Amino acid sequence: MSLRRPAKNQPENFEFNSSSLEAAKTIVAKYPNGKQQSAVMALLYIAQKQNDNWIPLAAMKYIAKFLDMPYIKVYEVATFYSMYNLSPVGKYFIQVCTTTPCMIRGAYKLVEACKEKISQNESELSKDKICSWMEVECLGACVNAPMMQINDDYYEDLDKEKTLGILDKILKGEKPQPGSYRGRTSNEPENNRKTLMDLKNA
Amino acid sequence: MLKDKDRIFQNLYNDLGSDVISSQKRGDWVDTKELFKKGREWIINEIKESQLRGRGGAGFPTGLKWSFAPKEVGSRPHYLVINGDESEPGTCKDRDILRFEPHKLIEGCLIASYAVQAHVCYIYIRGEYFIDGQKLQAAINEAYEKRLIGKNAAGTGWDLDIYIHYGAGAYICGEETALLESIEGKKGQPRLKPPFPALIGLYGCPTIINNVETIAVVPTILRRGGKWFASLGREKNTGTKIFCISGNVNNPCNVEEEMNISLKELIEIHAGGVIGGWENLQAVIPGGSSMPLIPKDKCETLTMDFDSLVAEKSGLGTAGIVVINKDQDIIRCMARIARFYKHESCGQCTPCREGSGWMWRMLERMAKGEASKDEVDMLGDVTKQIEGHTICAFGEGSSWPVQGLLRHFKDEIKKRNKFDPIVKENKNIPYLVDQHLLDKNA
Repeated sequence: MSLRRPAKNQPENFEFNSSSLEAAKTIVAKYPNGKQQSAVMALLYIAQKQNDNWIPLAAMKYIAKFLDMPYIKVYEVATFYSMYNLSPVGKYFIQVCTTTPCMIRGAYKLVEACKEKISQNESELSKDKICSWMEVECLGACVNAPMMQINDDYYEDLDKEKTLGILDKILKGEKPQPGSYRGRTSNEPENNRKTLMDLKNA
Repeated sequence: MLKDKDRIFQNLYNDLGSDVISSQKRGDWVDTKELFKKGREWIINEIKESQLRGRGGAGFPTGLKWSFAPKEVGSRPHYLVINGDESEPGTCKDRDILRFEPHKLIEGCLIASYAVQAHVCYIYIRGEYFIDGQKLQAAINEAYEKRLIGKNAAGTGWDLDIYIHYGAGAYICGEETALLESIEGKKGQPRLKPPFPALIGLYGCPTIINNVETIAVVPTILRRGGKWFASLGREKNTGTKIFCISGNVNNPCNVEEEMNISLKELIEIHAGGVIGGWENLQAVIPGGSSMPLIPKDKCETLTMDFDSLVAEKSGLGTAGIVVINKDQDIIRCMARIARFYKHESCGQCTPCREGSGWMWRMLERMAKGEASKDEVDMLGDVTKQIEGHTICAFGEGSSWPVQGLLRHFKDEIKKRNKFDPIVKENKNIPYLVDQHLLDKNA
């Protein structure tokens, strides 16, 4: 299990803005009547998006009221799942996969790059407060290892040099191009494809 | 090598586009109505005849699973749930189906929901695959527009709504009952079975849960016949499978191949060989991180299917092949996997919650050479205490890779960890005795 605690400094109030409210209502409609509790995970995402990538306790209370469920149940869900950030993270939130398939292809080089460019420790904001990084477990892009995720986007087939380049761009406030950094558009074997050749050449 | 015309996922490498028009050119959504006309019984029988086994890891026969759904819909509606919570290290096949072959999955959902009499289908996708989930959502929207799903889906007279539910980074939600808990808006902690989800599942209603790949191959099986699918591979291990080959190979890739293909062919031909040559191979994890590793000498002749890997005391799992060459420290690799399981244990059952961390700490010390001799046996003992003593299969998943390491690399661990404390003269002291009591006796 991972240890997860809410941040010390919490805002007093939280409310969905109008676009979040609309999104929340369409999500609740996906589930049967009386089963609105199902929407809690999606609503926590919406709250996280609205509140600069993290979920304050006030948002959990708000969602509990919104879905007519006990606050503790929302708290349980928010602390159980690791993608809900319970304390502030950077506007650019970098997650480096270091599980074995990535590790044996050099994921810790990416970690070094993050340490050089962003901060010495995980989950620590960079000097200008726009960026933070952490090691995470398998992100499910093992044939594109090593890789990292920045907010919603995957950056694949990296090495230390390329990672430094991406981080430089981010620190300048630009959005680097997501996807493979060896130019792959799919998970075919590079320069060694043996299958479905007719389609490739078509 | 499998012939190209027998490959189900023609667009695995996105040569053709994933939109509905290009999918229809490849044969998706063509005469779906005709398949429905042959009836529910025919569909289930055809899947049974194809001997299709679930692609999510456990390999349960799909046709049999569908036949567990109640024959008559009672007061409770039926649900179909698709498991796309692909989080097993080494596996990334469902992602390619979501982004490149979404219409195979959606059509499969329609057919499967007819077979099990469900009108609502939830597709559970791991939260990290947000972008790929958006691609699937776009395909679902396309299908609604073309009236392929929704009311009177594809002119079949069957109503079906498909919704995506995103997970939030919990590996355990790939376990089917934890997945149901998660859809219900709770912590993803597995339920006790029985009752099985086929009778009491989502919201207490009959629910059939299948992996993304299992459902995506269904339309093609029905079109080409269960006999065709069964003719590929071998008895009880039929058909094709997407293999993900990652780790120390020259060209890591996903490739669809016949079941029972040899491991060496997958690595040497499709993945461009091991980095440093075949001689540099150390071990292979054949089916995602929870399956025990297999050392090089057995890799020469190994064939990849459910039963032949079980015979090697491993398993096909999700067919995520992780190749580890001799440049890697095998103990450190396994310690990292143990850390993964320690991180992902849901905390419900004590043996798994405590044991997974215990195994990780011991392996970390063993990787550094700081463990004592008796700890090697203790580690084996801990894995046995976890295995079979938990609610879900996570207990096995976390202890099997460690057992695999001990089975094949015990000598290496012993060579590195020579430290021998007090226990030498007094071998009968069980390790659970408090250390301070031991000191007094010494």
